[in-house]
Amino acid sequence: MTAEITTDDLLAGYAAGRLAEPVALIVATHLSLNRVQARRFAAYEALGGVLFEGIEPEPVSPDSWERLAYRLDGEPIEKKSSAVASELPCPLSDYVKAPLSRLRWSSYGAIAEVALDVPSNQFRTKLIKVKAGRSVPRHTHDGQELTLVLEGGFSDGRGHYCKGDLVIADRQVDHSPTADDECDCLCLAVTNAPLRLTGAFTRLLNPFINL
Amino acid sequence: MLEDGLTSLSDADLADARSCPDGAWSNNAPIGGVSAPIRRPTKTVMPSNPVASRSITRFIARMNGSDHSPDAALNDAIHAVADCMDRSAFKVLFDHYGPRIKAYLKRSGASNDQAEDLTQEVMVSVWRRAKQFDAGKASLTTWIFTIARNKRIDSLRREHGIHVELSEALHLEEASGLENNGEINQLSRQVAEAVKDLPAEQRDLLKIFYFEEKTHSEIADAIGIPLGTVKSRLRLALGKLRTALGAGQE
Repeated sequence: MTAEITTDDLLAGYAAGRLAEPVALIVATHLSLNRVQARRFAAYEALGGVLFEGIEPEPVSPDSWERLAYRLDGEPIEKKSSAVASELPCPLSDYVKAPLSRLRWSSYGAIAEVALDVPSNQFRTKLIKVKAGRSVPRHTHDGQELTLVLEGGFSDGRGHYCKGDLVIADRQVDHSPTADDECDCLCLAVTNAPLRLTGAFTRLLNPFINL
Repeated sequence: MLEDGLTSLSDADLADARSCPDGAWSNNAPIGGVSAPIRRPTKTVMPSNPVASRSITRFIARMNGSDHSPDAALNDAIHAVADCMDRSAFKVLFDHYGPRIKAYLKRSGASNDQAEDLTQEVMVSVWRRAKQFDAGKASLTTWIFTIARNKRIDSLRREHGIHVELSEALHLEEASGLENNGEINQLSRQVAEAVKDLPAEQRDLLKIFYFEEKTHSEIADAIGIPLGTVKSRLRLALGKLRTALGAGQE
């Protein structure tokens, strides 16, 4: 039996630096949108700090400080970073090179998507837009799918999700997410395997479309 | 819910399948197009401003023993670096954190020489980013650990041909959603207490989880216990931590 990965697994893995880049990206963006989770994450991060403080120190080489002091010449202190206005939350905004309207979206009915170039040999990262009130065809997963709501909201029978919510689905989840009626729903999705469509008709399309 | 998660969670679920034995971030993907924001160097800050001289005064006062709290002295030191590029303050930081950074890097698989070099890189980052340290977001130790962790990930990425620094692009030092210094201190104290109360075997496992590059099955092999035990022990340890912090009821 496969149990689901939980948000806490992701938060602990992120704090420990153990996540692959696409997974780390979606978790980091989730934290920048969701204060409740960010507070929860603070504990995992603090745990790293506490363990680090207690580590048995390893003497540095005798000339270490001298070398370091030499390197500081010409090293400026950077200004406090200020947030740059963007359509997308940080740090996702750093990965999207053009305004959303100028990305090369592929459309399938009510759905449009664009792949993002996040280095990984296992995970695929994309932005998915679902028109207001419309559904994604019923599907299940061979692996995990992480979905972060960036704008709007959707429901999938298990719950209703809005901006900043991170949804974890694995092979046990067979769902057909529907965007809220009010506005289009924009999501960031990370998958580690292709989805399998399970609706009666869409199953036929399986080999041809890469949803 | 945490219980269910960790019993089945394998590193492979979350980290990329690895082609080399020591990289949680090992990645055979072609060099990606991720570009890090380039932070422009800024002008040297002159120590003539009032904030700077206040922090120097505070720092000197601590050093002279008017406040013996080592945490307070370290915090004043980072502010003295941020405000006026104070090298003697930076030496205080280096003496405390340098050997810890090196120990962490060696533990994560770096050779002695690599660990020396990376320690220097971490400390240069601490210098450059001193102004970005916000005591209301994380403790100084946690902040420096985060920088060290990111440098380690970046060096693993370089070994695999990815030359974009993740720490600039992705790992924000300010992910925490805490509000103020008081909350941070309280959280750190609670976490430290909770860690102290753990059985040694659970504490050791947390250290491996945070410090080493091993997958769960490699951990199991290394300490000679079954994979399931590794997972349940981790689950227990993190669960206890969350209960101690009052977050366990969710």
